[in-house]
Amino acid sequence: MLQLSNLSKHFGGVRAVDQIDLEIHTGEIFGLIGPNGSGKSTIVNLITGLYVPTQGQVIFKEKNLTAMAQYERTANGIARTFQNIRLFGNLTVGQNLWVAQNGKIQRRKHFLSRWFKAGGEQGEDVNDLLHFSRLYSKKDVVASALSFGEMRRLELARALASYPEMLLLDEPAAGSSSEDNELLAERIIAIRDRGVTILLIEHMMDLVMGVTDRIAVLNFGKKIAEGSPAEIQENAAVQTAYLGTSEANEVAGNA
Amino acid sequence: MEFYLGLLQILGVHTLLGLSAYIVLLTGQVSMAQAGFYAIGAYVSAICTAMLGLHILPAILIGAAVTAVVACIVAFPALRVHGLMLVVATLAFGEIVRLFFFNLDWQTVIDGKLIGPNGAEGFRAIRFFPENGWETGDVAGFIWIIVLCVMGILWWIDNSRAGAVLRAVGHDEIAAQSVGLNLTIIKVSAMTAGGFIAGLGGGIFAHTVTHIEHGIFGVLLATFAIAYPILGGIGSVFGTLLAVLFIQGFLIEGLRFIGDWRSLLFGALIVVAMNLRPTGLLGERMIYFKDLFGRKAQASNLGKEID
Repeated sequence: MLQLSNLSKHFGGVRAVDQIDLEIHTGEIFGLIGPNGSGKSTIVNLITGLYVPTQGQVIFKEKNLTAMAQYERTANGIARTFQNIRLFGNLTVGQNLWVAQNGKIQRRKHFLSRWFKAGGEQGEDVNDLLHFSRLYSKKDVVASALSFGEMRRLELARALASYPEMLLLDEPAAGSSSEDNELLAERIIAIRDRGVTILLIEHMMDLVMGVTDRIAVLNFGKKIAEGSPAEIQENAAVQTAYLGTSEANEVAGNA
Repeated sequence: MEFYLGLLQILGVHTLLGLSAYIVLLTGQVSMAQAGFYAIGAYVSAICTAMLGLHILPAILIGAAVTAVVACIVAFPALRVHGLMLVVATLAFGEIVRLFFFNLDWQTVIDGKLIGPNGAEGFRAIRFFPENGWETGDVAGFIWIIVLCVMGILWWIDNSRAGAVLRAVGHDEIAAQSVGLNLTIIKVSAMTAGGFIAGLGGGIFAHTVTHIEHGIFGVLLATFAIAYPILGGIGSVFGTLLAVLFIQGFLIEGLRFIGDWRSLLFGALIVVAMNLRPTGLLGERMIYFKDLFGRKAQASNLGKEID
C-alpha cells in the first residue's frame, strides 16, 4: 500500500533519514522503532509532506505522492497524529473533528454545505467518532481543557475524521499510563479492523511487540532490521543499537 | 442630535474597518494592510460616484470588489511570511498604497469644475450624499444596515465550518495542514474577504467626509484597524464592535470634556483595559447562535455533563 523507495532527508550535514526502502502492505499494523533521533518522526513527516525529501519517493496505492501538498495527501487517504499533541486548543472537541473532515468522501459534498452550514459539529460522523473515542460527553468542551489522556484520544479521533486508508501514529503512548496503553492497543487493533492500515512509531516495546504484524528498526537514519516482532527481538544488530555493544554481548551470551 | 448621528457614522465605518482586520486575525495573521485596503475602497468608490456619476450602492460595491482583488493578489506573496515579518510586509504595502494616492493626479471637468484625486491635496467634493439630499440620519441608517449585514455574515461564518477552520489555522498551522486543510487558499480567502470589507468601509467613509487625502490612511489607521479586534477579543464579531464603541465612542468622543488630558488618558485607558481583560473585552470565548437563541441547547448540554 505504501512504498518508500530510496528515501533520504538531510538537514545540512545530518542524514536524518538515509536511503530508506520500506513497504507496508494493506491491512497490516507496521511498527517503526529505533533509538531517539534515529529518524522515525522524520519519516512520518516525509510521508505526510511536512518535509520535502532530499531524494527518493513516497508511493501510496501506486500513486507518487512525493511532490504532493499535504492536503492532497489527506485527500488521498493519509492521516497522522503528532508526538507532541497538536490539537486546536481554541476549538471544542466536536469542532476539532469537524475541521478535520477533509477526506475524499467529504470533499465530494457541495461547497456551500461543506463550508458554510452551521452546526456540523453535531453531525452523525462526528458523533460516531466521539463514541468510539469515549469523548461524547466532552463534545462541547474546549480542547485545551481536556486531560492529557483525553487529548491523546481526541487527536487520534481527529486523524480518523477524514476516513483515512492509512494512519501514521507518532508515539501515541508517550506520557500515558500502562493502563491507558492497554486501551490504546485495543483501539489500534479496532481501527485496523475497520480497514485502516497503520504505521506505528513507538518507544513502549510492550505495545509495539503486542500489536504489530511487522517491524522495521532504524538507527542513525538507516534501516538496520525488518521482520516479525519475534525476529526483531532476536536480532543482534537491534540489540546493539538499543543497548550498546558490551551489554548486547552480555544479552547474547546469557541467551 | 446631528452630532450623535455623525458619531454613529464614524462608529459604523470603523466597525467595518475593525471587522476587516478581525477575519484576517482569525487565521493568526496580523495585517497592517487594512488601512491601505480602506484607501483603495475610498478612492475607487469616490471615483465611481463623483467622476462617473454612479449611485452610491454600486459604487461602494465596485470599490469593495476592486479592493478584494488587490487583497487577493497581495495575499499570495505576503502570506508566505509569518509573524513580525508579515507585519512589516503588510505595513510596507499600506505605505505603497498611500504613496500611490499621494501621487495620483487624475481629474476631469464635471459641471465646469475639476473633480478627481489631486495628489497631495486629495480628492475633494465627493458629494453624493448632499447632492442627493441624504440627511445625516439617512446616511447613518444606510451605514448601519451595511454594518449589520457584514456582522451577520461574519457571525454566520463563525458558526459554520469555515469559521472553525479559520480559527484552527490561527491556532496551529502545522496541525491544520496535517488534517488536510489547504493553508494557502484559506489564508488568501480570509485576506480577500478582509479586503472586501475594508474596501466597503473605505467607500462609505469617503462619502461621509466628502474629502479624502492620503494622510488619513497612514500607519495610525492601520493600527486602529488591528487594535479593534485585539482589544475587543477575537471570540466573536461583537468584541470588535464593543472595542469600536470603547475607543471611538468613549475614549475619543466621550472624554472630550476633559480637554487636553484626553490624549494622555487615551493610551493609559487602553493599557488598563488590556491589563484587566488580557484576552480582549469580550475574551476569546466564542459566541454561537445557540448561546443567544437556544435555551434548549444549553439545557441539554447540562444534562450531558451529569451523565
